[in-house]
This record gives sequence, C-alpha cells and structure tokens, in this order.
Amino acid sequence: MRFVDLCLCAPWTNLEQAKRLIAKSAELGYSQIGVPLPATIREEAVSQMRQISEENGLDFVTRLDLAPKSPDELLAGLRRFRSKFEVLAAICNSKVMARQAAKDRRVDLLCFRSLDPRKRFFDRAEAELASASGAALEICLAQMLSSLEVNLSVGFFSRLRREASIAKSFRVPIVFSSGASEPLLLRKPQDYAALSLLFDVDASCALEALSVNPAGVVERNRRKQSSDYVAPGVRVVKEARGR
Amino acid sequence: MTRLVRRRYLALKIDSEESLEHKAVSDAIWSAVLRLFGEVGASQAGLFMVRSDTQKGHIVLRCWHKALPMVRAAIASITIIGGKPAAVHVLRVSGTLKALSRKSGSIVGKEGSAHGNVNSHFRKPMKNSPIDMMKK
Repeated sequence: MRFVDLCLCAPWTNLEQAKRLIAKSAELGYSQIGVPLPATIREEAVSQMRQISEENGLDFVTRLDLAPKSPDELLAGLRRFRSKFEVLAAICNSKVMARQAAKDRRVDLLCFRSLDPRKRFFDRAEAELASASGAALEICLAQMLSSLEVNLSVGFFSRLRREASIAKSFRVPIVFSSGASEPLLLRKPQDYAALSLLFDVDASCALEALSVNPAGVVERNRRKQSSDYVAPGVRVVKEARGR
Repeated sequence: MTRLVRRRYLALKIDSEESLEHKAVSDAIWSAVLRLFGEVGASQAGLFMVRSDTQKGHIVLRCWHKALPMVRAAIASITIIGGKPAAVHVLRVSGTLKALSRKSGSIVGKEGSAHGNVNSHFRKPMKNSPIDMMKK
C-alpha cells in the first residue's frame, strides 16, 4: 500500500529542517508527500524541495492552502492559482467560506483548523455540497495530538466523530494528513490509523484515508493538468494529421 | 492447549533528541492509556514492559490481543516523555516474543534487559512465566 501525506509542513525557507522532515517521512513509510507552499513561491525553491524529496525516494506534490476572508477572495485565488498547484486546499474559517469552498469543483480539500468545535463547519449541508463537487474532508492529525496536550480533546473528539460519521454517510472522502512541522510530530501510517479509533473510524477506512483517497486527489489533478486533458472523461488519445 | 488470553508483543522505538529514563517512558505510556481510555480501559489492556533499553530507545511491550488497537492509539498519542518532546513508533507486533525477535532482530535481542520489577506501574513477571522460560 502506498501511503500519502498531503500536509507535511516542511519549511521551504529552512532547507536543513525540510530535509530532516522529509527524510523522517520517508523512513516512516510514506511514498508521496504534499508540502503547503506560498502562492508566490519561485520555481527554483519548488525544484529544490522536489529534489530533496526525490533523493529520499518520495514523490513530491505541490500544495497551496487558501485561507481567504470572503468568498470573492476564494474565487479570485482559485482562478489565479488552480493550474499552478497540484493540490488546492481551502481553510474554512467561517461558514460562508466553508459553503463556497464546498460547492466549488476546483477545491480539493476542505480544512477546518480550529480546535473549537463551534468553529468547525462540516455539517450535513456542507457534506452534501462537498459530495456533489468531489471535495474531500482533510483531518490533520498533528492538530489532534496538540489538542491532547492542551486538554481540549473531549469536545474536539466528539466533533471529529460527528464529522467522520457525516462524511461517511454522504460519501465524502476523508483524507488524513500529518500537518507536522517537526519530525517528532510525525507518526507511521499504521499509528495514525490506530489514532483514528479515537473518533470511531475503523482501521480499513483510516488506511484508505491515508492512501487511496489522497492518492486519488493527486492523480485526478495531475491528469487534469496534463496536456492531453480535455474534460472529465475526455482526453486526447491521438492527434489527427492535417486535413 | 490454547491460552485463554492471547497476547501481543510490540517492539517500540523511542524517538527523542535527549536521553530518557526508563521510569519516565513507562509513566508516559501508562498515563497515555489512562488519559485516553480511563482506568477500566487500562485494566483491560494487560500492559507489561517485557524489555527496555532506553539508551538505544528500544522497548518491548506486552498487551492483551483485544487491547492492541487501544494500546497502539495510546502509544501514538505520546508527544512528551519526562517533560521532553518525544515520539514512540511501533516497529513490529507479534504474537510471541520468539517471532518478534526473529522479525525485529537486535531490538528484542539479548542486549535488552527485563525491567518488570523496576517500575510499580507494570506488573511483576510471574515465576516460571513463558518469558522466564524462554530466557533459560
């Protein structure tokens, strides 16, 4: 099974730390990593990160986290950056933003970063929109580990349990990612699957959320970004010779 | 004859930049299980530290078969040991100590030492237990 971590917060400005984080990720058994990058990153910095990943035998995925304040800002960001990054995640800090992100087909991942259950907006209406648009729900497990440190876990786990159950009933794919910015916050995929027991996701679903679901998101976007892509289900197989 | 309670042996690797004491490690594992599953859950886990070499960061832990997911979750949730940032990774899980040593080699090898009687959190090994017999 190929394991994917779509949110490895390797700092592109500090290559030494990025190297350590990426090497640790490879050691723990991941084969594909997504690193959130700033929208204005230079091509050389991306190639450096890609090179470090390839040296460690990992497939590098470019990811952009959009955290807009209004739906218009989100639409502008999507229009501008969709074709430049392989994975696009919307960080939903308000309900209006969450709804807009869930109904847009260009958004790959819906992220709710708050530990406060009242600021996580993944409810049934959100799931219905996400299910129609093909967006996945991302759960960052480093966030969960930090919730345990600060004793905020009761409400947070209860909310995560509800989100996972809603996602399952609306067939919204769940993606588990580490969200780790330090090597000591990284865990093996099997350990993350064990942690998902805490919010009632069974082991097979958890392993899918660490492998099949994120790999599907990357593959879909790479196919869309390839030169032979025309529309969903339509691609150029062979070009006709001159008339 | 089949045993009434099946056991699982876990080979663990402690990842930390600083050296850790044996007691701090066992306290961290124990408190993680207690924090997540309470006293009833912890009593159903049958936790026992079979071998520990905290200098190398290698530990062999035993638990009951049915409590394995619970113990793995608790181990994965550890972020601090003895006030220092750390992580514990499960390297291998096996049904017997012999199979575990075959799979993970030196981790379970002879250089490790039994620490059943060091920490009161973990049960003392029984006389003539399978582990003692294996050592002979």
